[in-house]
Amino acid sequence: MWVAVVFFGITVISFWVIHLAPGSPTDLVTTLNPQADTDARARFEKLYGLDQPLYVQYGRWLVRLSKFDFGESISGDRRPVWDKIKERLPLTFGMNVASMILTLLVAVPLGVASAWWRGGAFDRTTTVIVFIGFAMPGFWLALLLMLWLGIQWPILPISGLTSLNFASMSPLEKTWDLTKHLILPIFIYTAGSWAGMSRFMRSSMLEVLRQDYIMTAKAKGLSSRVVLFRHAMRNALMPVITILGLSVPSLIGGSVIIESIFALPGLGQLFYGAVMARDYPLIMGSLVLGAVLTLLGNLLADVGYGLADPRIRFSGREA
Amino acid sequence: MIKRKPLKRPSFLSRNALLIIGLVLVGIMSLSAVLAPWLTPYHPSHLNVDNLLQPPSTAHIMGTDALGRDVFTRVLHGGRVSLWVGFVAVGISSCIGLILGLVAGYFGKLVDEIIMRGVDVMLCFPSFFLILAVIAFLEPSLTNIMVVIGLTSWMGVARLIRAETLSLRERDFVQAAKAAGASPMRIIFNHILPNALAPVLVSATLGVAGAILVESSLSFLGLGVQPPDASWGNMLTEGKEVLGVAWWLSFFPGMAILVTVLGYNLLGESLRDLLDPRLRQ
Repeated sequence: MWVAVVFFGITVISFWVIHLAPGSPTDLVTTLNPQADTDARARFEKLYGLDQPLYVQYGRWLVRLSKFDFGESISGDRRPVWDKIKERLPLTFGMNVASMILTLLVAVPLGVASAWWRGGAFDRTTTVIVFIGFAMPGFWLALLLMLWLGIQWPILPISGLTSLNFASMSPLEKTWDLTKHLILPIFIYTAGSWAGMSRFMRSSMLEVLRQDYIMTAKAKGLSSRVVLFRHAMRNALMPVITILGLSVPSLIGGSVIIESIFALPGLGQLFYGAVMARDYPLIMGSLVLGAVLTLLGNLLADVGYGLADPRIRFSGREA
Repeated sequence: MIKRKPLKRPSFLSRNALLIIGLVLVGIMSLSAVLAPWLTPYHPSHLNVDNLLQPPSTAHIMGTDALGRDVFTRVLHGGRVSLWVGFVAVGISSCIGLILGLVAGYFGKLVDEIIMRGVDVMLCFPSFFLILAVIAFLEPSLTNIMVVIGLTSWMGVARLIRAETLSLRERDFVQAAKAAGASPMRIIFNHILPNALAPVLVSATLGVAGAILVESSLSFLGLGVQPPDASWGNMLTEGKEVLGVAWWLSFFPGMAILVTVLGYNLLGESLRDLLDPRLRQ
């Protein structure tokens, strides 16, 4: 029920946000094109149903959407929106998943260690680094790394997905070539999220370490390692699952900048192009898709939460 | 082997150290933005063809760009843009969030349900996608950027204030006001609002940092502040073009963003620690 309501809201916003903004997709081919007259504009609008009232356009779009039909792109090649999105999705999705895993691998140990030695030298040093990492603009870090690793000491390619001679490579070389091209972008993604995540892990861990059952476990004479890993960390990881789900929209949003810097053919670049070309169906399709991915991320986080926490697994959902 | 140590609360001094560092950073960046025209002898868009892409020197401490303009001057003037965008955008989002949160929390039931589902929907969108979609259709101008950032970042405040209002609503002083016949408007604005402001202050401080980052990202993509006006984002775009030749063009504007965002984050986080009694035990 909740999902249906939110999904309806998503379609409403995706549609109206663009249609209420001034300007029209026909501007680029008509008003800005001296050879097109009002007649041509009218024909163009009729072709795409833009002459209908907005609520009719919305209704039609919604009906097509329910059949999983996002419509055709109205700029450039006029291909179905879904086809265009489908070929871009794996790259963006793959980079996001890879960076999420990396983020967890970095942030969880850091957060746990900071909380365990709270106030110590390690904690204070990480806190400083975390704050700096948190304030680091991703595109600036990208520029610096490109300068350092791409130009001054050229060991990594700084643009594109494959080298020019990609077609003639063996499968192994192809994999290596792809990896090399993706190291920097994935690193930038990770740099954008590890700081917040480790900070979060730290406070979650501190919260858990204050609980009575930790005191009990220590009083029983269990070793620090058992208390830390069996009792504390498992519980502290719970909220992190939720945050992971919540971080989906910023990862997708970040793809616009990262893919534009590194010239990667992903979803972000597609969306940027669509926006610049005022490609209504493609913009709406990407907005819906981005929001639905977030919705899925949150639902998955809920499921994961249930699986990981026996209290929820056994007692049913609580607010 | 991990050594067992009693959990120790950091001393008040060390907690306040972050606050002080944050205040100093924010203070320096704000002052230099406000005083920009008096701090350097150059004009931000004064071209000097004899001085293209000069590395940092005593005359130009951050060097000059591809048009011979003084980078230090442009960084200072870019700071004015960032500061302005940060404050106005956060002002807009805080007002929207405050009003919706108060209304949802106080009236509850259907009103609450509608507003909170709206928040859920907005939170599903990658906000950068929404901002881009709208900005591209409007003229990319400073006003539009501020409004659009404000309109897409009120959800956190709304949630915070709603939660706060829900608990304040049941408190004795609110019940007393209600019994005395105060109107809902009066209760909300005179009794609940002043008591719910602390978390808004924290999220507004952190929000300034967020808005500055979004503005610089937009300007970096060419959809924000338009050249020749200086903004840290569009300076980085220009820097990217000559990355291998003139590192200073990319380094200093980014450093300015980093320092400003760091300052607001430190300030926000330490305010949160100070204001949240749960963490202060």
